[in-house]
Amino acid sequence: MGFHRINLTVNGEMEQVDVTGYMTLLDMLREKLVLTGTKNGCAAGECGACTVMMNGEPVNSCLVLAVECDQALIVTVEGLARDTQLDPIQKAIMDAGGVQCGYCTPGVLIASRALLDRNPDPSESEIRAALVGNLCRCTGYIRIIEGVQEAAKM
Amino acid sequence: MVVSETKPNPVGESKPRLDAREKVTGAAIFGDDIQFGNALLHARILRSPHPHARIISIDTRQAEALPGVKAVVTGKGFPGYIGLYLLDRHIFCRDRVRYVGDPVAGVAAISEAIAEDALELIEVEYEILKPVIDPEYGVSSEATLIHPELDQYQVASFILPQPNSNISNYFKIRKGDVDSAWDNCAAIVERKYRIPHIQHVPIEPHVAVAQVDASGGITLWGSSQSPFAQRNLIAQALGISQSDMRVIAPYVGGGFGSKAGVSMESLAVAIATKVKGRPVKLLLTREEEFFTAFVRQGLIAYFKMGCDGDGNLLAMENKFYWDSGAYTEYGVNITRASGYSSSGPYEVPNVKTDSYCVYTNHPVGGPMRGVGMPEMHAGLEQCIDELAQQIGMDQVEFRRINCVKEGSILVTGGKMHPTGLLQCLEKTAEAIGWGHKAEASAANKRRGKGLALMWKAPAMPPNAGSSAWVELAEDGRVTVGVGGQDLGQGSFTVAAQMAAAALGVPYEWVRVATPLDTRYSPYEWQTVASRLTWSMGNAVVNAAKDARQQILEMTAEAWDEDLENLDILNGMVVSYKSEREIPLENIVIYGLPKADDQGWIGGPVIGRGKFMPDYVTGLDPETGQGERAVVHYTTGAQAVELEVDLDTGQIEILRGAAAFDVGKAINPELVRAQIEGGFVQGMSSALFESLNLKDGYVQNPSFVDYRIATSSDVPGGIQSIIVEVPQDDGPWGARGVGEHSMVPTIPAIANAIYDAVGVRFDGPPFTAEKVYLTMLEAGIVK
Repeated sequence: MGFHRINLTVNGEMEQVDVTGYMTLLDMLREKLVLTGTKNGCAAGECGACTVMMNGEPVNSCLVLAVECDQALIVTVEGLARDTQLDPIQKAIMDAGGVQCGYCTPGVLIASRALLDRNPDPSESEIRAALVGNLCRCTGYIRIIEGVQEAAKM
Repeated sequence: MVVSETKPNPVGESKPRLDAREKVTGAAIFGDDIQFGNALLHARILRSPHPHARIISIDTRQAEALPGVKAVVTGKGFPGYIGLYLLDRHIFCRDRVRYVGDPVAGVAAISEAIAEDALELIEVEYEILKPVIDPEYGVSSEATLIHPELDQYQVASFILPQPNSNISNYFKIRKGDVDSAWDNCAAIVERKYRIPHIQHVPIEPHVAVAQVDASGGITLWGSSQSPFAQRNLIAQALGISQSDMRVIAPYVGGGFGSKAGVSMESLAVAIATKVKGRPVKLLLTREEEFFTAFVRQGLIAYFKMGCDGDGNLLAMENKFYWDSGAYTEYGVNITRASGYSSSGPYEVPNVKTDSYCVYTNHPVGGPMRGVGMPEMHAGLEQCIDELAQQIGMDQVEFRRINCVKEGSILVTGGKMHPTGLLQCLEKTAEAIGWGHKAEASAANKRRGKGLALMWKAPAMPPNAGSSAWVELAEDGRVTVGVGGQDLGQGSFTVAAQMAAAALGVPYEWVRVATPLDTRYSPYEWQTVASRLTWSMGNAVVNAAKDARQQILEMTAEAWDEDLENLDILNGMVVSYKSEREIPLENIVIYGLPKADDQGWIGGPVIGRGKFMPDYVTGLDPETGQGERAVVHYTTGAQAVELEVDLDTGQIEILRGAAAFDVGKAINPELVRAQIEGGFVQGMSSALFESLNLKDGYVQNPSFVDYRIATSSDVPGGIQSIIVEVPQDDGPWGARGVGEHSMVPTIPAIANAIYDAVGVRFDGPPFTAEKVYLTMLEAGIVK
């Protein structure tokens, strides 16, 4: 079985990884780089738990092949905080009570960070639209939306 | 259990979650995140393609010969039965399959792909049997028997299977005289509802990893609400000692009941026994998650209820046919719970209820948030609205008259404990602006308001127990050992708050010993029934008080003072008499010098505590009457305002209000988070969700075809109101609220739709299509 050598930057670190042609970005992150913060919820691009930033855009990492990530810049939930300093979106969603079981949280944080990067002052409906692909079964979304609004003010 | 008001007390404050930082940084470890290295094997399961069939033969030889395959397992080596209340299933099917998805064989291989390939090589010959796909038909004598051996199964004493039938439990209420009460009724409503199967849809799929050590001991890592129940049930099924079965349970990515008891975990364990010490991982696909994990069982419910001209409820006659599916891990107790709560939160002098748990060839019904109460209230609370309207009484007033109050005679004959239901009703009605009809936002829309009440008791054995320990380190910091899980509801945070308050240390000093591990964590029955804050909370408080007592006794002796003059405040032992003080650090490990300085006393402090209710009486099997059926009822109310789009039938929930009597909110923000989250889950079940079954086959096992609420569906605001009428045996008066918040949502929405456009439905989901077609039929739109 053929392996492909790819070079990419993950959370600011240069990585060189050998992957099969069918390995997804999600599996590469979790299995090869042991970055298990990114979650597998459906492996079909429907739940958003595996959302990571690829070259600044949020993607479902279960739908991206690792071989497509050669030379890419990837940011996962583990890359949001600087040392012990949380990203404002992490702090705001935590403080708003937008975390319960925490399984959707990594994807929600990345999708929200990507929204705030391209639109620092989103309206409530823009926040809802940006998060529509991130399913959450615990919180009812209301506190997550509030958290994004708070983060925008920080 | 009351701690002095003058001391700093974290109970009642909205302390930050203990687990939040781990969860926002990606550091929190869930089952699939645990690393096992290259020894790890991957399991896949061959499942029945038929709803009902006899297994004639299984040939696994080709699969076993596939390179990379380490074991192929069938039911042959596992004759034991498994089940929580009724032991009615094998780990793998042995002679019969009973639903599409029933496990027939398992493969462990060096990769998931090889395991998947091996499944294709297993040959199974079936003889197709006639399926039962309707619970009402299922109780009839014509229906094929799904479990002919039902009368030989082991069963809990309060579950009553009917031999030679598909009825796995039959619960009856006979209170008063229903038949003669109808003559005195000024109005009677009679309705039938169908509540569809739904899925819990935790975002984390089920996962289990099992490994057998050299001496035969088994370790299971899994996403679990019930590590101790899994230890017990799996050990029993394998015929091994419970002490040789260890369950480690890291964070759970959503449970809602689906990860309670045993579902797929025993499969991983059975396979692991055949692979010589290597760990075996079984991770369900999202498709498997939809129909091979537990589902919320379907319900066909008949209600008949009547009241006199003044609005007093006189009689109820209810019949429930629960579609429990192929096996009944929890279904039998849901049947019982819906029976002993079948009056809803109302005082009704004459009640006749027949609640049947019926085997069908459908996916297995498990417990889901509310365990039967959302399904039952869905119809009951619509009938209450209709009855009030029939006699021309306001629906809130009707509920005010009839709802249970302290001392009300319950449907099981006992008396209601103090409850804030009336306050919940009034506050919710006020919050939603009951009686004021606002203009619709557009000409093609109609606006409506609806309200519903609820009650729910923990559905559990009468003697479900909890235990806890509290240990202190050199720095005086505290670790609390619990066996109850944090599924996101915040139980670890609440346990830490209670321990801090009962011991006398700041909240920030307390951590919880995680992950749960049956080898080290104290026993807890299960994380179900919204029982942790109350039951585990009591155990934690008792453990903290025990530790406190040990510290104070040691100090009293060392200082030669009376115990009653000593206290622990903010992590310091203080004497109100001598005004001496000493920090907890060091003394909780090394003790203190004796008063005469000749030697030492004390030593490492570990407090222990337990709690088990001892007052629940049985119920008469013929009448369902008894002194105390349950430990307590949490009550509440919910209301919505919505708009119906006449052009599309689409429903928009504009806002919600809800009030629940939690006895005491240990952490008010966590309570509100439960009230909101439950509202949205209830709303999702009301508007979108149905696991569509056709001839026993699930039609929509994916997020595309099975839609749950998204960020674009939820209302802008839900007003969450906390009512606190203390529970006499709850810590600080607390009782549970986790499940309750989704119980009244379906009927509140249904009543609001009726208020808006005057149509009713025989069951959810109230999809745009269904609403539009019903309006068309009723002539409301053309």
